[in-house]
Amino acid sequence: MTAVDLGPAHAVLEDMAPVDHGHAIPLLQNIQESYGYLPREVLLELSSETGIPASHLFGLATFYAQFYLEEHGRHTVRVCRGTACHVRGRKIIQEAIDEELGIGPGETTEDRRFSLETVACVGTCFLAPVVMIDHDYFGNFDPKKVGEIIGGYE
Amino acid sequence: MDRALLEGDPHSVLEGMIISAYAIEATKGFIYVRAEYPIAVLHIRKAIDEAHERGLLGDNILGSGYSLDIEVREGAGAFVCGEETAMIASLEGERGMARPKPPYPAVRGYHGEPTIINNVETFANVPLIIEEGGAAFAESGTEGSKGTKIFALAGQVNNTGLVEVPMGATIREIVFGVGGGMPRNREFKAVQMGGPSGGCVPAAHLDLPIDYDSLKEVGAIMGSGGMIVMDNTTCIVDIARYFISFCAEESCGLCAPCRLGTVQLEETLNRITEGKGTLEDLDKLESLGEVVQQTSLCGLGQTAPNPVMSTLRHFRDEYLAHVVDKTCPAGVCTALLPVEATVGKEK
Repeated sequence: MTAVDLGPAHAVLEDMAPVDHGHAIPLLQNIQESYGYLPREVLLELSSETGIPASHLFGLATFYAQFYLEEHGRHTVRVCRGTACHVRGRKIIQEAIDEELGIGPGETTEDRRFSLETVACVGTCFLAPVVMIDHDYFGNFDPKKVGEIIGGYE
Repeated sequence: MDRALLEGDPHSVLEGMIISAYAIEATKGFIYVRAEYPIAVLHIRKAIDEAHERGLLGDNILGSGYSLDIEVREGAGAFVCGEETAMIASLEGERGMARPKPPYPAVRGYHGEPTIINNVETFANVPLIIEEGGAAFAESGTEGSKGTKIFALAGQVNNTGLVEVPMGATIREIVFGVGGGMPRNREFKAVQMGGPSGGCVPAAHLDLPIDYDSLKEVGAIMGSGGMIVMDNTTCIVDIARYFISFCAEESCGLCAPCRLGTVQLEETLNRITEGKGTLEDLDKLESLGEVVQQTSLCGLGQTAPNPVMSTLRHFRDEYLAHVVDKTCPAGVCTALLPVEATVGKEK
């Protein structure tokens, strides 16, 4: 395993100081924002810097769906599995995207270009079915346009 | 609906929070918003900065001697954190697991301090009530539920979007009036109300005036304010299975009735949609559902069986079709389709 640069972690800690137990979740969120995931070495460093037990940080990282302990793709494709999307054909969209990317939900493409996830609801039910890529919304998603839309992300 | 309020009118929510905090002399407030709503997070943060600039937040607000700080926290992807005690645990930096009530958060909440938790829409109503008075607010609505309600109308309906109506408007007025009815004139089957732990309301109750009490009577809840319209191409058993699988996945795992019960309900419904269900399974769903409702620690488990119970109550015939006749009337459950029909579905 290649050594992880702890510089960005220290920058996050400095920016948020003082970090106490109550800020453990925002801390992990900021760390993930800068690394793209939560590297093991970084969690151990955070623990020794803040005094929050490493077991607690790993406990949070495995409880909340937002956190990844493995390296993630450059872009995240989120297929909404909310009710409105479910009744308006999410399944067909999921199949089209799985096929286009060659991976299933929870997986990352080999070139680390995309990670695929499902999400409980993105709160735009009136656009159902919805897919989000990073922070972009694609409503009334047409499974025929999967290739075109995915192609816009390098 | 809450996303739209935070994105479109964040100051109404903030103002409601400031007024409410002043009323109870709270000095610290949190806005807990899902990370999946990035624009809402951005806009509420901007609104907080603007309020600070104008002296409406921070130390000594408008020279009153009262100080209040409001912090935005992004949810980290756990549905259970919508439950108030789980949300508090999350704010304290813990795994989002519910705590027994009582004590209620109003007595012992965030770090043991009295804490009031309200929904975004509730706070957004506060400035309006203060400005125009309670009587004006109570002019619309029903005996038990005053004011207006915003619904997120979606699903198999012509016009989708956010709909604000007086409490007591009927489902028919919303779905066929505002919503313009079903696409291709399909038949209305049910409207699912209140999110994953809500219930399915059938056509027989189309003229039901919606308020908190009436929804409870038909086995649904106001919940998230979601109104998902389903036509006759939706299989009600598949929908029940879909909801319970969501709650099973989102159960925090702390208490046994919810952790194990939701999975048992899911497995039973899986069997039924695969054509392997029996009549006893229907009884089992009902008795197990009741146990989970009555013995779970928090709101997630207590309401998780709602979709199963409400569909068993209103759509028993469709369950019987799956269990006895081994058919899926809506043509959704692939294991129960004749071979020719399965091929037709591929188009």
